[in-house]
Amino acid sequence: MNFAESFRISLKALSANKGRAILTMLGVIIGVMSVILLVSIGTGVSDDITGQLEGLGTNVIYVMPGAEEDIMSGMFLPARQFTADDVDAVADRVSRLASVTPMVETMMRFSVGNNEMMGGVSGMSAAAIDVFDVNLDRGRMYSASEVNAGARVAIIGTEVDRQLFANHDSIGQEILVDGQRFTVIGVTEEQGGGAMGGGLDTSVMMPFTSAQRLTGSQDIGMIAVKTHDVEDIDQVQALIRQALLPRMGNDFAAFTQDEVMDMMGAMIAVLTFMLGGIASISLLVGGIGIMNIMLVSVSERTREIGIRKAIGAKTYDIMSQFVIESVLLSVLGGLIGIALGALGSWGIAATGALPSVVSIWSVALAFFFSISVGVFFGVYPAWRASKLDPIDALRYE
Amino acid sequence: MDLLQKHNHAISDDHFRQVDESLRHAGGDGEVVLEVRDVEKVYEISDDVEVHALRGVSLQIRRGEMMAIIGQSGSGKSTLMHTIGLLDNPTSGEVYVGDIDVTDMTQNELARIRNREIGFVFQSFNLLARTTALDNVALPLVYAGVSGGERAERSQIALERVGLGERLDHAPNQLSGGQQQRVAIARALVTEPAIVLGDEPTGNLDKRSGYEIMTFFQELNEQGITVVLVTHDLRVAQHAQRIVEISDGLIVDDRIVPEAERIDAHAELAAYLESIGEAPEQQADHTEGSDA
Repeated sequence: MNFAESFRISLKALSANKGRAILTMLGVIIGVMSVILLVSIGTGVSDDITGQLEGLGTNVIYVMPGAEEDIMSGMFLPARQFTADDVDAVADRVSRLASVTPMVETMMRFSVGNNEMMGGVSGMSAAAIDVFDVNLDRGRMYSASEVNAGARVAIIGTEVDRQLFANHDSIGQEILVDGQRFTVIGVTEEQGGGAMGGGLDTSVMMPFTSAQRLTGSQDIGMIAVKTHDVEDIDQVQALIRQALLPRMGNDFAAFTQDEVMDMMGAMIAVLTFMLGGIASISLLVGGIGIMNIMLVSVSERTREIGIRKAIGAKTYDIMSQFVIESVLLSVLGGLIGIALGALGSWGIAATGALPSVVSIWSVALAFFFSISVGVFFGVYPAWRASKLDPIDALRYE
Repeated sequence: MDLLQKHNHAISDDHFRQVDESLRHAGGDGEVVLEVRDVEKVYEISDDVEVHALRGVSLQIRRGEMMAIIGQSGSGKSTLMHTIGLLDNPTSGEVYVGDIDVTDMTQNELARIRNREIGFVFQSFNLLARTTALDNVALPLVYAGVSGGERAERSQIALERVGLGERLDHAPNQLSGGQQQRVAIARALVTEPAIVLGDEPTGNLDKRSGYEIMTFFQELNEQGITVVLVTHDLRVAQHAQRIVEISDGLIVDDRIVPEAERIDAHAELAAYLESIGEAPEQQADHTEGSDA
């Protein structure tokens, strides 16, 4: 008997029991759907962050507190944070080759009248405009003296402008940041991008001294350095090390944008694999469901198997009939799961809640995995069926 | 794995061809088509309990004969039938199909010989549920590797032979017991086997359907098909030309039924129909169809 005949017999057996077939497939459908969905979200977030980092330019160096090995392995346990003195030390050393800004980042509530929203606060020096190529749509950047004085001035993102000021001209208006009054002196250009993108659009930029006052701490989370010339990047990295080594020991790290991207990429990949792995467990459970039903099906059809064997079916014929049946269940479930997962991923992306990109490899992986589940969990019941003694099977009531 | 499979097929093909040739191209009526020699079958029920179902049975089945194996339940007749039907290997002794020793063949090789050379008719019909009469009859041809078109054609001819040409698309649950058993006979015939084995073929049928089934067996035998019936019922056995009686795992009698004692199924059916007040001309299909 050839494959086509086995296929036909299996298809007929499944269609004779449609309700059960669909319920059995449900396990695989949900498993594949969650794999696709979670991996899509992981991929989407990763693409988004990569896009943002790329936008910063290749000649930016980020200096973070904490030993380099620790940061590389995802642990952020610095002995101490940077202070303004550390920033000055770095700036003194590289002043000829690069611009330097401290970064004090936090999330806070912004409000104007009755309108309010949550957003990021970026406390930086006046050099930030060079380091991050910030372009202002209107208004002006704060000055070095305003930074020194810790002036309550703010440059807001377009989204903040839109949500809180409702098309009124916001320049010169007051905005409450965590209840503290600030004066809007500029609006940045729209960056666009998804929910995770356009970081500046939903934040407020201010002198880092003012941000320190808001956080109630002299700590500086990060220092960003931009070389005037890409060629100088290695030299600047070395100078930063020279500046900080006597002050911090080894408890700091200076990464170029490429290094940061690699690090983020690795972290997100680990996260994506973890999510996919957790989702795979449900696929495994779905597979066990298939095995369970196939075992029930084999014992229900003991007599049928006996008849088939008596009139000439070989071990292989019976085996292939049942394996094909379980593979059909898992592949059909897999295809439906892929369709639903892709649809769900597209839906999530459309709502803008999270970026989500269906990657070919996740589809291929889920499909391959569901075939394997069908084969793996189908072989044992099929083997049991094929080993039935025709005499016993015919006697079976 | 692949190599092994090919190797197995080669052996299987070779054996099969030998068996097939020995059955089809040698001799005529009277030739031995199947023989068991000194067969014993022991079932181990537990470590120290053994059941000797067959205790040294030798039997030759000749081409064209209609034979009945008769015995009480527990006599070993079912075990003998399974041995003749190549469904079970004996504990000792040999089984020959034609002049080929099939005793030590693998399950798959035996499956192939069963498929081509032995047609089974069981007491409880053993048709596939939710499967049309035509597909049920075609089933052995599926495993014989016959193409779809030829399968349908041959299955239809087989069903017409048992008077069910009008019910090709009926599933077993749409057929009466007698009709189901006729589908089973058609299935047994469709591969043109050397032997048709009937295991209590009338056991689950009412009187009338039972008589009708016996007419089919006698007709098939008249057409040259070797028929072996296994039964506990002497009346059923008396439709055969030869009765082999088995008791306690041994053959205790092997006799030719005198023509005068042999029951003619057609006459029997006619007499029965008359006794219940129906003209014998009113054929089975008509009445059975209405109560199906």
